[in-house]
Amino acid sequence: MNNSISGPSKFTHGLGVLGLLLLLTGSVMGLTWAPPEQHMGEVSRIVFVHVPSAWNCLLIFTFACGFAVWSLWSGSRKADSYMVASIEVGIVLNGLLLVTGMLFARPTWGIWWDWDVRMTTSLISLIFFGGVLAMRALIDDPKQRATWSAVAAVIGYVDVPLIYFCVRWWRSLHQVQSTPDTMSPGIVLPMRINAFAILFLAIWFLSMRASIERNRLAAQDVDQPDRLLEGGTL
Amino acid sequence: MNIVRRVAATAILIAQKDLRLEWRNRARLFSVALFGLVVLLLLSLAFGPNSDDLQRAAPGSLVVALLFSSILSLSESFRLEREDSALEGLALVPIEPMGLFYGKFLANTLFLLLLAGILIPVTVVLFVVEADARVLLQLTGFWALAAVGLAAPGTLYAAMTSRLRSQDVLLPLLLFPLEVPALIALVKSFGFILTGDPMEQLVSWTKLLIAFDLIYVALCGVLFPFILDEGS
Repeated sequence: MNNSISGPSKFTHGLGVLGLLLLLTGSVMGLTWAPPEQHMGEVSRIVFVHVPSAWNCLLIFTFACGFAVWSLWSGSRKADSYMVASIEVGIVLNGLLLVTGMLFARPTWGIWWDWDVRMTTSLISLIFFGGVLAMRALIDDPKQRATWSAVAAVIGYVDVPLIYFCVRWWRSLHQVQSTPDTMSPGIVLPMRINAFAILFLAIWFLSMRASIERNRLAAQDVDQPDRLLEGGTL
Repeated sequence: MNIVRRVAATAILIAQKDLRLEWRNRARLFSVALFGLVVLLLLSLAFGPNSDDLQRAAPGSLVVALLFSSILSLSESFRLEREDSALEGLALVPIEPMGLFYGKFLANTLFLLLLAGILIPVTVVLFVVEADARVLLQLTGFWALAAVGLAAPGTLYAAMTSRLRSQDVLLPLLLFPLEVPALIALVKSFGFILTGDPMEQLVSWTKLLIAFDLIYVALCGVLFPFILDEGS
């Protein structure tokens, strides 16, 4: 078992720096170069943060589900650390998409919040994955904590495809997904740049958080050597 | 004997055991039903006394009362297994772990149905709802669909949280967000049954409830053995 203190690789840090540069580029392009939306005007520029954070939130929760299945399959601590990191980063992105969505809703719909199906399912995922983290905090045994939170994460993931498809399945105040064909190229490019920027930043945060979790567990093993006998690899 | 038959045989045995224990005691049904009645009474006082307001609030109030009572019932379902390490004993018996889940799930579903048999007629009275036998049967049918979707993840989460120190907070925290799609479908369905369905939307909500049930009944059954392995 490798109990050495480790951190993210230079490549991951490089990805984070690239993410920051891309976010700066995409945001400047979105604020200055991109044309304002035909009906909503200048306020529509919030989509350059709102939409990429929504895409990445769903993607990171998908990662969390994948890591949860890996954790259940192998009992690996690495999988558990990546799962908890994905859930935490996903929650931050989920909060970001809800806040930017509300800021966008106020001038365009005239309200901060509506129990629209897209907004409701997005809020559900935030509360649910928050509940998974709350449960983790109450379990002391690392193996039990990993298994139970992985089970809860897999069950909670059922909501994630629902967030994506709900606007197609039910009549909703929230618009159906746009495609590059229905948008001006001036809007598509900054949005894509910001999407990759947020993805790179999310991977950077995720890797750092996962290594913190692994180091925390390794430190616990040193404090309580009997846990070294319980198995699981770092 | 193939695995499906072994799981079914175990599930029936466990469900029989739970229902027999419940029948001999009846404390859980009494306390949970009483709690549901109190919730309905408080909600009818909050929305009343105007009968139009009460009728409008009836579907949502019934669902809230059923949901709150279900949480009490589900958390109680694993209390007996926790005492004297009965669950560990069950885990040592050569039975299918999945069957243990489906047995508990079956008993919980039947219990929730029984609860509806008490709370639905009370809602009709307290919320001044005009309902004949057909309407009562429809309401019970839709609750049965929702009860399946509630009991599946509820049983799994109850198994997990029953061994944690903050079960009372964690079970609703994990279960309620998960149940929101079923809850919305149920409130809409109850509304259409009680006030009419001119656009014929009831079918689409029924499909949603059935899909919800199928996904969670299958998924929770597959995941339960992991919980049992780790908890015992």
